[in-house]
Amino acid sequence: MTYQDASFAALGDPTRRQILLLLRDGPAPVGTIAGRFPVSRPAISQHLKVLKDAQLVVVRPAGTRRLYELDPRGLAALRAFFEQFWNEALLAFKAEVERPTRARRRRTP
Amino acid sequence: MTPTVAVPPVRSTIVVNAPPARAFEVFTTGIDRWWPRSHHIGKTDMKATVVEPKLGGRCYSTHVDGSEVTWGTVRAWEPPRRLVLAWQITPTYQCETDPAKASEVEVRFVPEGGGTRVELEHRHFERHGEGGAAMAASVGAPNGWTGLLGLFKTAVG
Repeated sequence: MTYQDASFAALGDPTRRQILLLLRDGPAPVGTIAGRFPVSRPAISQHLKVLKDAQLVVVRPAGTRRLYELDPRGLAALRAFFEQFWNEALLAFKAEVERPTRARRRRTP
Repeated sequence: MTPTVAVPPVRSTIVVNAPPARAFEVFTTGIDRWWPRSHHIGKTDMKATVVEPKLGGRCYSTHVDGSEVTWGTVRAWEPPRRLVLAWQITPTYQCETDPAKASEVEVRFVPEGGGTRVELEHRHFERHGEGGAAMAASVGAPNGWTGLLGLFKTAVG
């Protein structure tokens, strides 16, 4: 599994997306995160593990607690996402530009 | 508070077998003929996407329920060589009404042989929020661009 696969698989789950949105406000321990969701703490821990493996969150010790925060490496996923999008879009653009005139027509949705 | 992190621009280039004037025209007024149908922030399926051909022109999509959604603004209109669009899509896939929080897409049309090298740069992602990580976090948001995400997944398979 490539890095991008892991990132996007991790983002495919609504609870994990909510966790990431929550961490935009700042680092938080697992207990605080779990308190915000109607699922068990072990389930939250599992989600955090998936996010960590996908390099979307990191864990940082703070005294006796372990804080989860957004991993800046997640930026790589953002860039990969847009690179892929624009590469695909420009290929579609090229196909349209080079389409023979008589064959040109509006694509049906 | 998450510090603002500068996100490096994304660049993509392609050479097309047509002169810059035609490439520019297809990219802008002809955008609906090639833009991925899955790629919109409307609540219902997209009927068409439009770039108004002028400085300050609105970029928007129309939808099967009759609604229109703005996704950008023309910031530079210099046919046939250069186009800049504000990318007004928030991390939660809504229209971004604050121009200061929009990223930017610049497209240059450079003559090459008998054709055109199209150089695209999407930059200033960090303007979308407190660090581009905020946007990365919502790339898989359940509304809007999930079709695009599917396209991505297909490609990386």
